[in-house]
Amino acid sequence: MSTRISRQELAARIAADIPDGAVVNLGIGAPTLVADYLPQDEEIILHTENGMLGMGPAPVEGHVDPDLINAGKQAVTALAGAAYFHHADSFGMMRGGHLDVCVLGAFQVAENGDLANWSTGAPGAIPAVGGAMDLAIGAKAVYVMTDLLTKQGESKLVQTCTYPLTGVGCVSRVYTDHAVFDVTPAGFAVRHAFGENTVELLRELTGLALIDATDAEGTRA
Amino acid sequence: MIDKTVATVQDAVAGIADGATVMIGGFGRAGQPVELIDALIAHGAGDLTIVNNNAGNGDTGLAALLAAGRVRKIICSFPRQTDSWVFDGLYRDGRIELDLVPQGNLAERIRAAGAGIGAFYTPTGVGTLLAEGKETREIDGRTYALEYPIKADFALISALRGDRWGNLVYRETARNFGPIMATAAQTTIAQVDETVELGSLDPETVVTPGIFVDRVVSVGPRRWLRDGAFVGGVDLDGSPLPSDQEETAR
Repeated sequence: MSTRISRQELAARIAADIPDGAVVNLGIGAPTLVADYLPQDEEIILHTENGMLGMGPAPVEGHVDPDLINAGKQAVTALAGAAYFHHADSFGMMRGGHLDVCVLGAFQVAENGDLANWSTGAPGAIPAVGGAMDLAIGAKAVYVMTDLLTKQGESKLVQTCTYPLTGVGCVSRVYTDHAVFDVTPAGFAVRHAFGENTVELLRELTGLALIDATDAEGTRA
Repeated sequence: MIDKTVATVQDAVAGIADGATVMIGGFGRAGQPVELIDALIAHGAGDLTIVNNNAGNGDTGLAALLAAGRVRKIICSFPRQTDSWVFDGLYRDGRIELDLVPQGNLAERIRAAGAGIGAFYTPTGVGTLLAEGKETREIDGRTYALEYPIKADFALISALRGDRWGNLVYRETARNFGPIMATAAQTTIAQVDETVELGSLDPETVVTPGIFVDRVVSVGPRRWLRDGAFVGGVDLDGSPLPSDQEETAR
C-alpha cells in the first residue's frame, strides 16, 4: 500500500527547496500554502501578478485593505521593501525570465514537461485562464504541486496530456503526495519517494517508465 | 489654462456611444472605477465591448453593467470566479460574447496599443488553444506567437489622487491595469478620491503622466482611508464591518 503525505507536509517540502533570496510566485489554491512554510530567517520575495513584490501574510482582523490583494483576490499585507507596479510590468517580470520559481497546480503533466492546468475542456464549462499561461513559461523553475492521482485513481503524470495545454515543455519538477519527480529529457525521474513508496510502486501507479534518481536519503521521507 | 477636471461622473462619461469599446480598470474589485461604471449605466450606452481582467464580481460595478444588458462582448482573462454569477448566466444563455486572452498577453496588448506598437511576438500561449491559428515565428530557438494591440474608444480607470493636468497616483495593488489602459484609449477618464492642486503631486512619484488622461472626476475618499491614512474597518468589498455599522447606528 502506498503512503501519502499531507498537503501541509508537501507545502513544507517545496518550501525547503526554495533558496534564500529567491523571487517566487505561488499560484492560486494549494500552492499558496507554501508561503506558510518559508523559513523565517531567510528572505524569499513573493511576487503576486496583480502587481506587487514583497507580499506578506493575511492582515489581522479589522485591517483588511481592499486595495491590497493577491492574485486569488484575498486580502494580504505588504512587507518592508515591497513594491507595487502595473500589470504590463508584472507580466514582463515573468516573460522576461526575472522570476526564480513559480509553483502551480495541475490537471496533468506530461513526460516532456507539458502542463495542463487551466481547462478540462468539458463542454459547457466557462473557460478562464488568468495568468496561468504566462506563469507556465515565465519562471526559471516551474514547480507543480499536485496529488499524484485523481479522485478516480488516474495518474496526473502522463505520457501525453489529454486536457488542453497551458504551456509546452515548461515544467521542471512535480511535487506530489507520493513522490517528487524531475522532468528530464528522458522522462520523469523519481527524485524523492515518500514513506513506503518505491520507484516500482510509482511505476505501477503512473504506468510510466520512471527513472530512478532517488538516493539513500531520498527513498524515505 | 489646462483643466481636465469635470464636476460630476455624469459629465465624465459624456459621449460614450452605443457600440463603443471601453476599457475598465481593476483586478476583481481592487481599482474598479465603480462610480464611473454606475454613471455609464445611467448614461445608457449599450452594445459595448468591454476590456477588463475579469467579468464582474457580485452585483455591483462591472457586474451591474452586464446585468443591465449593455455589454455585447467582453475581452478578459478570468471571467469565471466564485462571485461571477451575472456573467455566468449571460454566457450560458448565449447573451454575451467572450474573447479569452491570457492575462499577460492582455496587459501587453493594451500596453502595445498605447505605445504605438503594431504587433509583437510573445511566448505566452504558444502550443495552446489560445494561440491556435496565430502566426508563429522561431527567434533564437524559441517559438513565439504574434499578438496584436487592443485599443479602445474610452478607458475608465480609478486612481487615488489626480491634478487638473491629469497626473495620477494610485494606491497599492489597485494600480493594476490603470496605467496601461490610460495609454490605450482615445479618451481616458479617471475617477480619483480627490483632485489636488497642481504641483502638490511629487513629480518623482507620478505614475500616470497627464498626457494620457483626458478627464478627471473626484468621487470622494474610499471608506478605509481617513485623511489619506489607512484605518481599516471594512471587508474586502469595502463594506463596513458589522461592529462599525452598530457604532454608526448608535
